[in-house]
Amino acid sequence: MNHNTYIYILVMAGVTYLIRMFPMVLIKKEITSPYMKSFLYYVPYACLAAMTFPAILSSTASTISAAAGFAVALVIAYWEKSLLTVAFAACCAVFIVERILQFF
Amino acid sequence: MDNESFKKGLKDGIPIGLGYFAVSFTFGMMAVSGGLSTWQAVLISLTNLTSAGQFAGLDIITSSGSYWEMALTQLIINLRYCLMSFSLSQKLKRDVPWGHRYLVSFGITDEIFGVSASQEGKISPFYNYGAMCVAIPGWTLGTLVGAISGNLLPDFMVSALSVAIYGMFLAVIIPPAKKNRAVLGVVLGAMAVSTLFSVVPVLQKISSGFVIIITTLLVAGIAAHFCPIEEEEGGTRES
Repeated sequence: MNHNTYIYILVMAGVTYLIRMFPMVLIKKEITSPYMKSFLYYVPYACLAAMTFPAILSSTASTISAAAGFAVALVIAYWEKSLLTVAFAACCAVFIVERILQFF
Repeated sequence: MDNESFKKGLKDGIPIGLGYFAVSFTFGMMAVSGGLSTWQAVLISLTNLTSAGQFAGLDIITSSGSYWEMALTQLIINLRYCLMSFSLSQKLKRDVPWGHRYLVSFGITDEIFGVSASQEGKISPFYNYGAMCVAIPGWTLGTLVGAISGNLLPDFMVSALSVAIYGMFLAVIIPPAKKNRAVLGVVLGAMAVSTLFSVVPVLQKISSGFVIIITTLLVAGIAAHFCPIEEEEGGTRES
């Protein structure tokens, strides 16, 4: 089946806007279900973790450099540095490890 | 027009816009290396204004997934905006004309929600417009610059920069996981489940968008059942 990139973009943008708009315009009373509140609270963590691992391992030119980037990002994130610091450190780790790998 | 609120929003939006520029630079670069045109990458950023959803969407476009899969993936990944939108709907001034709610909704991102939720008392929609006036150009221009330079950058730079988005995701999920055992469980559980999907032969056939949906619903659903949150923890943070 042939897919049109613009239809993809329309679907993405449409769904994302509707999610943002409906509660703002429609819901008049508070969500009280503790289960729903907890579920919505955990969603971003589950989703980002699932998107990160194991995809990160195949994101660069070699699994070894990607693993190095992952390890460095974990440590810097654990120190609670900013998003940009963590991202930059991970990129540097990948870059350095790939330069070293050239010698093998 | 509420000038005071608008200016305050502009000011609070500056660090957001700068941060967005850097993240969306990576998005632009990856979109172009995935086969999209510069214009298409910019159009996605301008109309979606969200990081995780766009990266997942890009994945689906480049792997030629179905439109249905795209819609469902965006719904699940961006479900958190429901909670933020609801929370902001209580925070907006009551006498604000209804039309403003449609515009403010477009700019609900983790960061804009973060700054508007931290304001004292009720907020004017012009505060949000101020923040959006910096954040949206930052996000869109970052994509443009990333898409253009992605074509010019040597392979080793692209390889190093491709890890950036995952670094940012980790920067969002690791600090709360350190403080909250339930979040730690969710993070480790989700990584384990998505790993299963990539190594078990039968499960490998499932496309990446659905893997994210299934993993998220499963892990967040189980966590909500066994570790319901306290009232104060209701606010979510993500970037």
